[in-house]
Amino acid sequence: MNEATPPKEERTAALSGLGTSRKRVEDARFTQGKGNYVDDLKMPGMLFGDFVRSPYAHARVKSIDTEKAMALPGVHAVLTAADLEPLGLHWMPTLAGDKQMVLADGKVLFQAQEVAFVVADDRYAAADGVAAVKVEYEELPVLVDPFKAESDGAPVLREDIADQTEGAHGPRRHPNHIFTWESGDREATEAVLAEADVVAEEMIYYHRTHPCPLEPCGCVASMDKVNGKLTVWGTFQAPHAVRTVASLISGIAEHNIRIISPDIGGGFGNKVGVYPGYVCSIVASIVTGVPVKWIEDRSDNLMATAFARDYWMKGRISATKDGKITGLHCHTTADHGAFDACADPTKFPAGFMNICTGSYDIPTAYLAVDGIYTNKAPGGVAYRCSFRVTEAAYFIERMIEILAIKLGMDAAELRVKNFIKKDQFPYQSALGWEYDSGDYHTGWDKALKAVGYEDLRKEQAARVEAFKRGETRMLLGIGLSHFTEIVGAGPVKNCDILGLGMFDSCEIRIHPTGSAIARLGTISQGQGHATTFAQILASEIGLPAEDITLEEGDTDTAPYGLGTYGSRSTPVAGAATAMAGRKIRAKAQMIAAYLLEVHDNDLEWDVDRFVVKGSPERFKTMKEIAFASYNQAIPGVEPGLEAVSYYDPPNMTYPFGSYICVMEINVDTGTTEIRQVYALDDCGTRINPMIIEGQVHGGLTEALAIAMGQEIAYDEQGNVTTGTLMDFFVPTAVETPNYQTDYTVTPSPHHPIGAKGVGESPNVGGVPAFSNAVHDAFRAFGLTQSNMPHDHWRIWKTAQSLGLHD
Amino acid sequence: MYQTNYVRASSTDDAVAKLDDEAKLLAGGMTLLPTMKQRLASPETLIDLADCGLAGIEDLGDALKIGAMTRHVDVETSEIVAKSIPALAVLAAKIGDRQVRNRGTIGGSIANNDPSACYPSAALALDATIHTNSRDIAADDFFVGMFETALEEDEIITAISFPKPAAAAYAKFPNPASRYAMVGVFVAKGDSVRVTVTGAGEDGVFRHAGLEAALTSSFAPESVEPVTVSGEEMISDMHAASDYRAHLVKEMTRRAVAACGWP
Ligand SMILES: Cc1cc2nc3c(=O)[nH]c(=O)nc-3n(C[C@H](O)[C@H](O)[C@H](O)COP(=O)(O)OP(=O)(O)OC[C@H]3O[C@@H](n4cnc5c(N)ncnc54)[C@H](O)[C@@H]3O)c2cc1C
Repeated sequence: MNEATPPKEERTAALSGLGTSRKRVEDARFTQGKGNYVDDLKMPGMLFGDFVRSPYAHARVKSIDTEKAMALPGVHAVLTAADLEPLGLHWMPTLAGDKQMVLADGKVLFQAQEVAFVVADDRYAAADGVAAVKVEYEELPVLVDPFKAESDGAPVLREDIADQTEGAHGPRRHPNHIFTWESGDREATEAVLAEADVVAEEMIYYHRTHPCPLEPCGCVASMDKVNGKLTVWGTFQAPHAVRTVASLISGIAEHNIRIISPDIGGGFGNKVGVYPGYVCSIVASIVTGVPVKWIEDRSDNLMATAFARDYWMKGRISATKDGKITGLHCHTTADHGAFDACADPTKFPAGFMNICTGSYDIPTAYLAVDGIYTNKAPGGVAYRCSFRVTEAAYFIERMIEILAIKLGMDAAELRVKNFIKKDQFPYQSALGWEYDSGDYHTGWDKALKAVGYEDLRKEQAARVEAFKRGETRMLLGIGLSHFTEIVGAGPVKNCDILGLGMFDSCEIRIHPTGSAIARLGTISQGQGHATTFAQILASEIGLPAEDITLEEGDTDTAPYGLGTYGSRSTPVAGAATAMAGRKIRAKAQMIAAYLLEVHDNDLEWDVDRFVVKGSPERFKTMKEIAFASYNQAIPGVEPGLEAVSYYDPPNMTYPFGSYICVMEINVDTGTTEIRQVYALDDCGTRINPMIIEGQVHGGLTEALAIAMGQEIAYDEQGNVTTGTLMDFFVPTAVETPNYQTDYTVTPSPHHPIGAKGVGESPNVGGVPAFSNAVHDAFRAFGLTQSNMPHDHWRIWKTAQSLGLHD
Repeated sequence: MYQTNYVRASSTDDAVAKLDDEAKLLAGGMTLLPTMKQRLASPETLIDLADCGLAGIEDLGDALKIGAMTRHVDVETSEIVAKSIPALAVLAAKIGDRQVRNRGTIGGSIANNDPSACYPSAALALDATIHTNSRDIAADDFFVGMFETALEEDEIITAISFPKPAAAAYAKFPNPASRYAMVGVFVAKGDSVRVTVTGAGEDGVFRHAGLEAALTSSFAPESVEPVTVSGEEMISDMHAASDYRAHLVKEMTRRAVAACGWP
């Protein structure tokens, strides 16, 4: 070897590539308050828009009087549906094939629905204007219970489509019914259940909650009348899709629309949807000729933009006497609120709920989901999970526990008995998915050992005895959870949103001095893309991660992609990044061959350079090659060093993990104390272990919130009772327990670097772990099922109903 | 746009002079400003009490006198408070978060009389005296109902005097979302025992006669057991029904007594 060449390990370390816990490059600006969020944007002459919102959940709008508001100083315009109608913008399409009122068109269907848009000098003047708009309502009967939606005398919510018997997802059997979606073999499943030794049956409710990102939704729309270009800065998790949709509904040519997502303060699915605020800001900017900003406040965010979950999952699971699962049946009643605005791939109106067979080899299964309209806010987004995957995981992980109770079996043992085995992968599930890879038993054993599972069970049994003797009022719960996710949507053959295939992209330019810029079709909302994607590239092209700039979120510069949600960035855009990097390397090889005067095939890749096989002293580093690509006339090779890749994944990826929570419960107060949370994740190849750990901590904290207290609740009149943080629980460091993370590595066989995506796993696996811990604590006293969130009061009621207060 | 003028009063008298129907006193602003943001209040003038010399903690021997503008953080960290009525420091330390404690004041809290606030329970249990610019009001007469006090429109709290008890403790069961008291019980032992409850009563903070009687005759956690605490007239909301709150009143009383040390 050339003496100047440092050892391989040293050169590899210098790249900070795959597997390195590289510090997040984003944090320098975030921790200094130097992020650039949409509300930081100030433009000359910019106006501010705010909504008049409905105080009622269901009412006819008799009249809207804007005169007083218009007369106020600083108020420039008040938009109502009547103003939008001539433009055809009083309604807009939803991502789920339904349509949604932009501004109340004759009636309102949920509390806080947008009724009028006041445009004023600033947000204070706009608030004055909002207060001055007089709306006359006639209250209508309210529907909050999805099970009453189809009963006699139920109010018809969507008069606009009341007599349409065919919806975007097939037949509708009632004006308040949206769709029925089926998966699997119904008859076969019924037959298996009818003959089974044991059948456990339960209604599992996953309550309505909300992603509640730190930064709410908002945008600044600026129509430049001189050049006809519309620029919209906003909190968009999918900027390209927003551009296309904006073009389709507004008629403005797509090349004249530029969508920019600046720094985003958390999304968690809340920022995937298209909201009336965006449409109204754009129209207002066209009307006023100046930029118009709209930023939600916290209550707007909680009450009007996308909620998550709200699935009533009725399950039946069957098994042999000795615990081999034979069949699974699930009927879900999905409360979608007033408009079907779920963010799911078009062909999946219930998302990937049909991953509900989970980690288990269940030969026969059937799922049906009925979507229902109610007088609640629209949404149904994937709150830190792939489309409805957390609902599915919660469902199956509860059903397993309930079956274990019925069988009188240990719930860990029941899981082990039914896990899909390592040699069954790729595994074809009864509901139609091909699980790419997995090794469930290894991780599960590791997890049980790590927490000392057998000793915990002994301690628990001793605790129950002590409780019965009156020596303690604390119970011990051991919450088990083994989840399998389906992420990385997805293959264009079955995944699209509004007809846009769910591929993703990366474009790389190498600069002459050997640094680079890469642009992606995704958009970070705090995940650290600029850090991790640079690491993927560093390993692929042999330039240090710190010399690679990552850019996302500007549709004028970034290649087309479907954005960031559903843990799709690494599986899809990460793959595109690796593939684009490989194109760079292929061209670099030709250049190196020319420079070294050998044949391409005589070179081999060595971390950061091409080396002549057998002559280690003859090489060209990527830095040298980069420069050569700009200054050498190489026959048959174009100058420059750039590549772009559009990646259509052949399959989804299937991350999995084993989570265990040990929880102490005070029977007298209903309070809980979390003693241990152990989370073992297998997300395939690990790009940046530190970021993975951070993602797991964050996701577990959101899971804790959801399982233990966070909910969007409505009273019988359809009023949101959790419209502020005084009532909507968001955990702080005070409530957050210590987390113990661990891992196994089972690479995805079809992903270029074997990575699977991890950001959402902890929410998917965490919720059942926490909830199962609560249930498990009471198992000895006869509890089979209770509803989340397990706040103190609910736990206290559970203890009371089991006679533990007598 | 509705205008709000901000003025700083130089003394209590100056503040009284500036007070009219459309003005409001501003202490830490931790309650008043959010209320204004939600347009539940829209005063024409805010009169800041910061320069009125109302902050400070004084040891009067048999009582502690805390100025109205004394911030929660100052009570939390005061050596005087820690020595004579440590329960007050414990209470202050559990209010909201650090930011709130750095701004919020005892006077603002007492004047506001939020049914879930912590300080009213201490004032009532310790038989405190609320000093205003014009008179002294006994705590028993001061807390009239939810967000209602005996204060006149132009009256300003200047300080609160807390007689030193033989023992006292505060046990708080926080609302899981707001972290205000869902139930808070303050127990103070002197010649007799006073037990006050915040967070639970439909009319705000109240004394519980049954618990006081039981603990006066025997000051021990077990004494709480036979006492009937009724959920009638207690708050029911999405976080807790009245029966649960009633149950927590007993539990928090037990904890407070235990924290006092007994007998
Ligand atoms: C996030 C959060 C959490 C909180 N958690 C808790 C909690 O756990 N427990 C708790 O007890 N409180 C809690 N609070 C309330 C906090 O203690 C406030 O500080 C207190 O309620 C009001 O005090 P202030 O100094 O901010 O008063 P301000 O908001 O300035 O004033 C409140 C009211 O009192 C009037 N006022 C103020 N000073 C005087 C005076 N000297 N004389 C007459 N009237 C006066 C004002 O005009 C106004 O009407 C919380 C607040 C927040 C924002």
